[in-house]
Order: sequence, then structure tokens, then C-alpha cells
Amino acid sequence: MIRLTDAEKTYENGTRAVRGISFQIDDGEFVFLVGPSGSGKSTIIKLLTGEIVPTGGRVMVNGFSMSRIKQKQLPLMRRTIGVIFQDFRLIPGRTVYDNLALAMRAVGASPREIRARIPYVLELVGLKGKENNYPDELSGGEQQRVSVARALVNNPSTIVADEPTGNLDPARSLEIMTLLERINALGTTVIVVTHERGLVNHFNKRVIYLDSGRVVGDATGTYEGVAPQ
Amino acid sequence: MKNLGYFFKEGARNMFSHGFMSFAAIGVTVACLLIMGTFSLVAYNANENLADLQRENAMVAFVDDSLTESRAKGLQSKLEKVDNVADCTFVSRQEARDAYVAEYDEDDMYKDLAPEVFRHRYVIHLTDPDKISETKLLVEEVAGIDEVRADEVISAGFITIRNVAGVISAALIAILLMVSLLIISNTIKLTTFDRREEIAIMKMVGATDSFIRWPFVFEGLLLGLFGAAIAFGLQWLLYVAIANGIGNSDTMQLLEVVPFRKIWQPVAGIFAGAGVVIGVGGSLMAIRRFLKV
Repeated sequence: MIRLTDAEKTYENGTRAVRGISFQIDDGEFVFLVGPSGSGKSTIIKLLTGEIVPTGGRVMVNGFSMSRIKQKQLPLMRRTIGVIFQDFRLIPGRTVYDNLALAMRAVGASPREIRARIPYVLELVGLKGKENNYPDELSGGEQQRVSVARALVNNPSTIVADEPTGNLDPARSLEIMTLLERINALGTTVIVVTHERGLVNHFNKRVIYLDSGRVVGDATGTYEGVAPQ
Repeated sequence: MKNLGYFFKEGARNMFSHGFMSFAAIGVTVACLLIMGTFSLVAYNANENLADLQRENAMVAFVDDSLTESRAKGLQSKLEKVDNVADCTFVSRQEARDAYVAEYDEDDMYKDLAPEVFRHRYVIHLTDPDKISETKLLVEEVAGIDEVRADEVISAGFITIRNVAGVISAALIAILLMVSLLIISNTIKLTTFDRREEIAIMKMVGATDSFIRWPFVFEGLLLGLFGAAIAFGLQWLLYVAIANGIGNSDTMQLLEVVPFRKIWQPVAGIFAGAGVVIGVGGSLMAIRRFLKV
């Protein structure tokens, strides 16, 4: 479960990116985080992944308090979250299999566990048979699927996707979002930051609308239904 | 520990993927270790030669004229009990006279020299030549000893030379160690910079700092050990060549060079140790900054 209570984030240069935000995302939910540029979406993602700490209020992520989390606990917290980036962030010199294996090895998985898990996850994201391909041999959509597979491979309770379709054409974008919806159906919480109205409207999920560091809309439905008029 | 193979493989992969920088790092490590090693071995050999000279610089204790030869001989056990006395040899006045005459055997005027001109004496060697002054005082206190001669000025000179060589050697070692450390650190920095994205991804999926750090530590370790191994081989060749040169030289015959086969084990150990310190230290210095994600 994710809960923000009067969360604040003011950067060292004085920019108040998040101004007293409160919301809760229950286990198993699918949530779109939307809003214009500079609305605080990326700051919230960074707060959830522990890249930055809140300057006020409380941020709870899967039982960890992000304002009081110790450096040693950070890896444990991050193992509960799978992150998907707009630019995929795959390691170019490693095969699809190795990209996933690295993520598993990093959390202490044994070679046997790695050998058993990776084919299952690759099948789940529709990349069976691509194990030995390098990222630059794959299309953008396929690379993003690898990124999804990497986020999934350690079986996290939450997936955070930061503009996952930003670099994809509409057809591939729909494929990725459908994939995330399928993952959500298996019980994983999914939070998607996006600015693509069409996709948000297509899935009819909970939408949290941010503007100038504040929540200005929070409801299930369409982008236009949540955005302030 | 289950990831040991992975860390080693990654370390080796990093090393070969930055072939030129690794080559440069190993080259600089070899050069630094070779200079360090050569200077240390020169200092070691100088120290050994000086120690020999110091040992030869024995103390002479003259026995009181009033004591008979048998009573003079009786002082041996008392002298041997004096602190810092390694050994003492009795030389009778007759033996002293004979040695003196033999030294000047071309000069007939000493042939009729009476043994009574000389005194019974003991030639004393010390365990620690640095304590020559204190030992001289103790020997003088032994009843029946009339006078003690010890060349403290020569002894002090030996100590000064040895200490200066030691200080220069230590300073050079410290400077060259730092240079090697910085070069290895820069090589690892390049690797970590090249892999910063990978490090960030590993952090993001929940890797601990130690999991990220170990491959770089192994890379540094391998660079340091490769450098140490090559430096050791070259040091061996250089040492043997210099030793042969000194052995064949007419002017440097006095110098005694310790054979390399007698010292190769400690030298190898020191080179390996220095390689590990340089490699691991350098990589730890380099990786620190990149772990803050």
C-alpha cells in the first residue's frame, strides 16, 4: 500500500515541487498519475522509489516510511517496487536474458531461481525466444517489454511506470498498457505516470490529476472527467 | 559468497573491456612497484653490508696488567654475561704480539718485540651494534677490565647512513604507493563512469552497495595483482643482472649482494601485498561517489 499524507518536497534551489499532497493507493489498484509538465509527477515517482526524501509530511511505501528510511533499508524497500522508465534503460552490452538476470542477481537470487524465473517472465510479456537478443536488435515496443519484464522479474508488489509509452507509437503504447493491465490483474499494484489522454480514457481506471504540486482531481474514469474544467 | 564467481567474472570483464586504461594502470603499477622494489632492495643490501661492517667493528677490552693469564682467562664467563655481548674471544699478550708482528712482517724492527709490551685482551662482538656506548660502560664495570676501546664514531656513522637510507626508502615508497593508488583509482573511475547507468539500474532494483562494489573491487584486485606479478618478474631479472654486474666488477668486489633465491619469498609477498593494497584501495576510492543513487 502507498500512502502520502501532506507530503511536501522543496528542492535545494527553493522549488516547491510537491505541496501538501495526500492520497492512498491500495494493494492491487491500477492508477494513472496525470498532469501537465511541472505538476510534480516525476517528483512523486522519485519519492516513491527513494531517490529523494520528502521535506514534509509522510510518504509510506509498502510499509516503509520514506522520510525515516535508513540507507541500509533502501534496497529492501526497492525490492518491493519494479520501475519502468520512458527510455527503457536497458544495458546495451547485455542480452535480454542477462539484463533480467542482473536484476535478479542483484537481489540475491540463485542461478537456479534465475534459470526458472526468466523464461516464465519473458513468456508473460510476449518475448519468448528473444532471450539471446541484444537490446539494439529489438524494436522500441520490444525493448519496453524487456523493461517491463525486468520490473516484474523480482516479483514486486508494486510496479511504477514513468511515461512508459513516451517513446512508442500508439499501437505499441496500447500493447504495453494492456500488458500492465494484465500484470495488475495478477494482483500487482500498478502506478502509471502518463500524459496520453487517449490511453487513460481507453482503460477507465483511477486517475489522480496533479497540478502545481497539488492533487486537483482523483476519480475513476476519463482524463477529462478528472481534469479541472 | 554465492556471487563470488559472478564478481570475479564481472571484474575480469571490466578489466578487458577497458583494455587501454587497464594496460596503462598495470604499466604504472609495474613501474611504481619496480622503482619501489629496486630502491628497497638496494636499501636492504646496504643495510646488510652495513650490519656486517658494524659487526666487524668489534670492541676490545684490555685486561688489568696485574692479572695472570689464567686469571685473565677467568673473566670470559663474566664478560659473556654482560647484556648485549654476542661473543667474546680471549687474546693473550703473546697472541696479540704475534698478530702485530705478522701485520708488519716486512719490518724487521718488530721481530724482537717483547710480549709484555702488550696486554691480555678480549675481542667482543655485540648483538645490537646500535648499543655500543651502553655496552662499553657495562664492560668497563667488570672487575679486572682496565680499559675498553670501541670506535663509537664509526659506529654512529654506520647508524646515520642506515637511517638516512631507511627514511629515503620509506618516503619513496609512500610517494610511489600514492601515485599507483591514484592511477588505479582513475582507471576504476572510468569503468564506473562507463557503467553508471548499470549501477543506477542495479540500485533501482534493490541491489545493496556491497553487491555493486564487489566487481569493481575485483577489477582493482586483478589490476594490482597483474601489476605485482609482472613487476616481480622484472625485479628478479633486474636484481640478478645487477648482482652479476657487481660480482664481475673489479671495484665493487667488497659489496656483498644477498642472492635473490634467499629473499624471493618475502619480496613476492610484499609485491603481492602492495598490489592488493593499490588495487583494492584504488577501486574503493573510485566507487564511493557512484553509490550515491
